[in-house]
Amino acid sequence: METLKTIWDFFQSEILGMAWLNRLIGNLLNFFGLDTNGKTGGSVQFFIYDVIKIMVLLVILVFIISYIQSYFPPERTKKILGRFHGIGANIIAALLGTVTPFCSCSSIPLFIGFTNVGLPIGVTFSFLISSPMVDLGSLILLMSIFGWKVAVVYVLIGLVIAVTGGTLIEKLHLENQVEEYIYGEKQLDLPQEKLRFKDRIRYAFEGAFGTAKSVVVYVLIGVGIGAVIHNWIPADLIINVLGDNNPFGVIVAAIAGAPMYADIFSVIPIAEALLSKGALLGVVLSFMMGVTTLSLPSLIMLRKAVKPKLLGIFTAICVIGIIITGYFFNLIQSILI
Amino acid sequence: MNIKILGGGCTSCKKLYENTKKAVAETGIKAEVEYITDMEKVMAYSVMSMPALVVNEQVVAMGKVLKPAEIVKILEKVSG
Repeated sequence: METLKTIWDFFQSEILGMAWLNRLIGNLLNFFGLDTNGKTGGSVQFFIYDVIKIMVLLVILVFIISYIQSYFPPERTKKILGRFHGIGANIIAALLGTVTPFCSCSSIPLFIGFTNVGLPIGVTFSFLISSPMVDLGSLILLMSIFGWKVAVVYVLIGLVIAVTGGTLIEKLHLENQVEEYIYGEKQLDLPQEKLRFKDRIRYAFEGAFGTAKSVVVYVLIGVGIGAVIHNWIPADLIINVLGDNNPFGVIVAAIAGAPMYADIFSVIPIAEALLSKGALLGVVLSFMMGVTTLSLPSLIMLRKAVKPKLLGIFTAICVIGIIITGYFFNLIQSILI
Repeated sequence: MNIKILGGGCTSCKKLYENTKKAVAETGIKAEVEYITDMEKVMAYSVMSMPALVVNEQVVAMGKVLKPAEIVKILEKVSG
């Protein structure tokens, strides 16, 4: 058991966390006469290390994720979901939400597709909540930064929010809150391309480098903010606003994060820096969940499919779910890290 | 030839629109390229993943941003 734990710890800190890279950069900077214990040196070390680490993890992770996603186009997800009923359908929807490639542009066709095969709106919402909140990328990324316990609990809670949120929307009988044309459209089954191994690898490759290209600027900004927090913002300030001294830290974080949208890859360096300066785990994670799950563009898109009341309920469920999650993580922080 | 790009206005949809215009210019085929973001119109094509490329009312690609060269191939195939 002990040996296994040692191997896992090594894997988590050296392979996923790339601690060796941090030491290497530290030594190099010291060699060139920059003191990494000082503020400037520390910021430079954090910046270089985090940018390299996140970009490497990003390319590898998105490659693996895209490969898996190529097996779950929305058309297939729709067919799989059609076979389930009741809460089982909500659970499967939440799980498929984590592996179906999906951008906010596709939320309406998806809505119509799911409605067409007779899925209740609760199931559609379980999918819509889980899809941006939980994915394989966040699982591995969280593992590399906060350890496997935090990662696993985060994913489980995300799935629970998705299933509960969807079920709640179902129970509120809000079918009349969906725009009429969604029920009117008939969606035909278009023939799907047969993908060979080569096609999937190409899809994964394009996904990985396409994503890297489009988010690199945001990663730089995220890490930049992280480096500033890490070395320049006084710890007292962070503890007072986002730490033990502020019982409303979670609420502030969730509400501040909701309208923003950023990739999990650019939020994580900020989260990492805040945590190291004494912000509570729950505060940091609810900020992350707020940023990735809800955003103005996706809400505007969803507004085309559902009426304001349902949109409001959806937003409220997400925010409340994120706040509860935050307090839960604060409570169990000492067990997790 | 009539070409339509279906999308919701996201970045990948715009990219496909740009690439399609490049491809059309490259082949010199006479075609009108439309960018459709009205969801009710988009839904008439039964597409589930955005963006989608429609040539002469046939869905030829969906859920991916094709490169200009790939679009050229499709256009050449359609126009014979």
